[in-house]
This record gives sequence, C-alpha cells and structure tokens, in this order.
Amino acid sequence: MSFNNLDTLYRQVIMDHYKNPRNKGALADESLTIDMNNPTCGDRIQIHLQVNNGIVEDAKFEGEGCSISLSSASMMTQAIKGKPVEEALKMSKIFSNMMLGEETDQEDIDLGDIEALQGVSKFPARIKCATLAWKAMEKGVDENSR
Amino acid sequence: MDVNAIRQQFPILNQNVNGHPLVYLDSSATSQKPLSVISAMEDYYKFDNSNVHRGVHTLGNRATDKYEGAREKVRNFINAESASQVIFTRGTTTSINTVAYSYGRSNLTEGDEILITPMEHHSNIIPWQQTAKATGATLKYLPLQSDGTIDLVDVKEAITNKTKIVAIMHVSNVLGTINPIKQIAQIAHENGAVMLVDGAQGVPHLKVDVQDLDCDFYAFSGHKMCGPTGIGVLYGKRELLDNMEPVEFGGEMIDFVNLYDSTWKELPWKFEGGTPIIAGAIGLGAAIDFLNDIGLENIEEHESKLALYAMKQLRTIDGLTIYGPDDRAGLITFNLNDVHPHDTATVLDSEGIAVRAGHHCAQPLMKWLDVTATARASFYLYNTEEEIDRLVDGLNKTKEYFGDVF
Repeated sequence: MSFNNLDTLYRQVIMDHYKNPRNKGALADESLTIDMNNPTCGDRIQIHLQVNNGIVEDAKFEGEGCSISLSSASMMTQAIKGKPVEEALKMSKIFSNMMLGEETDQEDIDLGDIEALQGVSKFPARIKCATLAWKAMEKGVDENSR
Repeated sequence: MDVNAIRQQFPILNQNVNGHPLVYLDSSATSQKPLSVISAMEDYYKFDNSNVHRGVHTLGNRATDKYEGAREKVRNFINAESASQVIFTRGTTTSINTVAYSYGRSNLTEGDEILITPMEHHSNIIPWQQTAKATGATLKYLPLQSDGTIDLVDVKEAITNKTKIVAIMHVSNVLGTINPIKQIAQIAHENGAVMLVDGAQGVPHLKVDVQDLDCDFYAFSGHKMCGPTGIGVLYGKRELLDNMEPVEFGGEMIDFVNLYDSTWKELPWKFEGGTPIIAGAIGLGAAIDFLNDIGLENIEEHESKLALYAMKQLRTIDGLTIYGPDDRAGLITFNLNDVHPHDTATVLDSEGIAVRAGHHCAQPLMKWLDVTATARASFYLYNTEEEIDRLVDGLNKTKEYFGDVF
C-alpha cells in the first residue's frame, strides 16, 4: 500500500518535531504569554516569548494539538529564537504565503525545518493547524510593541 | 430495506474521493440528500416560486399550499396535535434560542433553576447560559453515569420545585446515548417545570411522537434527516406557545400594524417573521415523504445493526478507545492511541472515508471525557457493513502510519 499522498503532509522532519518537540515548556513569569485556540477542533496552544530590545531572546510553547499544530509550534520557536522581531514577523509572512501555496521569495531568510510544512498547503483543512503558533507569536509581538 | 436501491437515490455517494470510492460516515453533522428532495426544491423554483400568504395570484396560492402542506407533513411525522404547533425555523439552534429567549426570559427570575446535562451540544448550553445571566436564574448540570448515560435517580434528585426548565438532548451526538426523555418529562412536570428536547439527532433516526413523550418543546433540523440546510422546526404545546411573545418582528407575523403598536398573527405564523424558508420547508416535506416510504422503524433497525457491527469490528483494533454506552444510536466516537483525531481523519480522508474530528460542538462533554477532541463515525440509512470494514482498514492503516511515532 502507498501513502505517497500522506507523505507530502507528514514529512519525516514533522514527525520528528511532533515526537521530540523543541522548546516545550514555560518561561519565567515576566515573559509574554499568548493563548490561542483552534475553534474548529478545540486545540489550545500557549506561546511564551522573552523579547528584549527588539530581539526574541527566548521562545517556548505548551499545549495540546495534532501533529501539524504541535510540530509547527516546535519549528516556529526554534526558528525565531535569537532573531530580531522584524525578522520573526517576516518569517511569519513567508510562512502564511507558503500555506496559501504561493511562491515564497525567501531572500536572505533561511526557513530551515519549516519548509517541511510546505505540503500542508495541499490539505486546506489543516492549514489552520499549521498557522496557529505563528498567529500566536504575531499577536504576542504586537501586544509587546504597544 | 434495500440499501443498494436507497443508495441509488443519493447520487453524491457514487463518487471517488482521493482515488477511493467515497465512504460517507458524517451524517450526524449533516445527512446527504436524495433525488426526491433535490427535485422537489428544483420544481418549486422552476414552476411555483412565489411569496406565501400574500397571494391573490395562482403561483402565490401554489407556493402557500406547498409550504403549508410541508407543515402538515411535519405535524403528522412527529404526531403533533395541530399544525399550528409546528413552527418553521432556521434549524435546531434557532428553535432552542426562540424558547430560551421568549419563554425563558419572561418566565424565569432569581432563584429559579434551569437544568441541562454535560452531554449537551453548544446550542443547548449557550442559550441557557445567556437566559440565566439575563434573568438571574441558575444554570445546573445533571450528573452523568461513567458510561455517559442518565440515571433517573439523579433526575429525581436534581429536579425540584425551583426547576423551571429542563433542556436535554434526545440522542447524544457524541456518545450516542438515547436519553429517557419521556420519564424525565414526567419528573419535570411533577415539579412544575417545562421540558425542552433537543431532537437534532432524534427525529432523523427514531420514531418521535411528541404527544407520547409529553415534552413541552421539541427542536430539530431538516438537514440531518435528508432535508436541506436552513430549515428546522420548533414544536411546542399550544398553551405555552400562545403565551409566548415573538422573537422576530416584521412582515408575515403581524395582524394589524398601527403607528405605535401592533398585534400578531395567530400560531404558528407569529413566530415566522419575514418571508419564510419556503423552498427549505418544501424540501423538508419531501424528506419526510422519503423517510416515511422507507419507514423509521426500518431505518432505526438498520442503524442499530450497523452500530452493533461497527462496535464489534472496531473493538478488534488494539489501542482504540470507544466513548459512550453499549446501547446506542448509530454513531461511534473514538480515539486511536495517542494519534490526534485530526490526524486520524486526514489519513481516513486519504482513503476516501469521511469522519468528523474535533470537539463536536460539545466542549463541556470533551472536558467530562477528559479529552481535547475525538473522531466520530456516524451512520445513516445508506451506509453498509462493507463501509464499516473500510473504516476498520483505514484505522489500521492510520495505526501503521503513525505507529513508529509513539
């Protein structure tokens, strides 16, 4: 039997992040915490950010969800850690374009593992799972800058 | 009951999805529609379309006859005393909200209690939360047994002379529990409370007789019983409906309109403000004809055979948890090991099998079950044992696919 079609969604690296999530847990109390729900399935995710002088010094996540939402959160925290806020937001933009199936003009930004999620764009019902963590991060950065 | 002949009436079932013949196991979310329903609505728009209750002209009369004819079909189907007690709404949600708003807000006050259960669909929770907030009444939950059933001893304890409204679903859309509505209604009445039944999963699958159940209100949707979306029904006892104020005001529902005051039409029209859902009602009428031709008893028997077979086959899958009691309606909610139900549903979809994954609009029940989400396969008159075998194969493939993850 063949799972070729599924393999475009569940790439090895995604399963690795699902099985061994990076940056799972909480940060110190003074960090930013953002709760996000996926109302279609009841999944909840919590993103913790430590932002100082425009730099995302630390990022962690907690929550329950499917393989796509949790692996995406794991990859997101990994990608933005140590990066300037602007770059994190730029990555988020690139990511949402990727989910829409649009060509991504990556310029100098290296998406690393995140590119493995490209296949999600072929599964419209799962796009919200993949963007959940990114949306939470954007919300947190937005609140922090006010 | 000839399932193959029935399937011929549902053209949508005859297609491939992701390279496999479609197995549709999501009828509790919405059922498929037979040709007779589709053509009844098409014919109405092709030949009779006109507004109702205004007509001097011929088309207006035809449209009115068909619309009111559909009401009579509903009356007969649920055995209401009179067609005036059958109010067309947008669906179960609107029906329940109408009662919560109109009856609830004018009959409840501080110290009164509304009793519901943790297994309710959001549409039978939130309207009561809102009514409780607006009136100062208290919202209470009946405890459930560990298998997701209701014990009448608990009902007798929970319903007191403070209880004014008891609102319970006929059949659980998650657990498949068939609740003892008639007995609960009796206990409610002994204590002076009224009983509303959320029949969204009842009417499509069980023979419902509102007089025998002796419930005060019964709400259901057309689209889960082979009818179109956008049409539903609120049945109510006459003396209650007579004393309730309309919720929507405007055309269609008035008797006389003066500059500063107006009077309402009689039942059922005082609750049907605006141009009604004419084509939807006609489609629902055609769906009732279709179900009557097959016979609700036959449908119930077919579904319960399918549920038994599915329980037996699904229990062969190691690591599969089934939620709810053994004795159940035609739906099975489950989880497979630690695989998230979204992932399960995606793998099944790749095999052409449609199931629901998520919280099923029952977040308090998910909390009660201590899960964030579940997968659900639900059956209707057109499903077969072969399709359940395909589901079991699909779940075994899901396990195989995610097996090395855990």
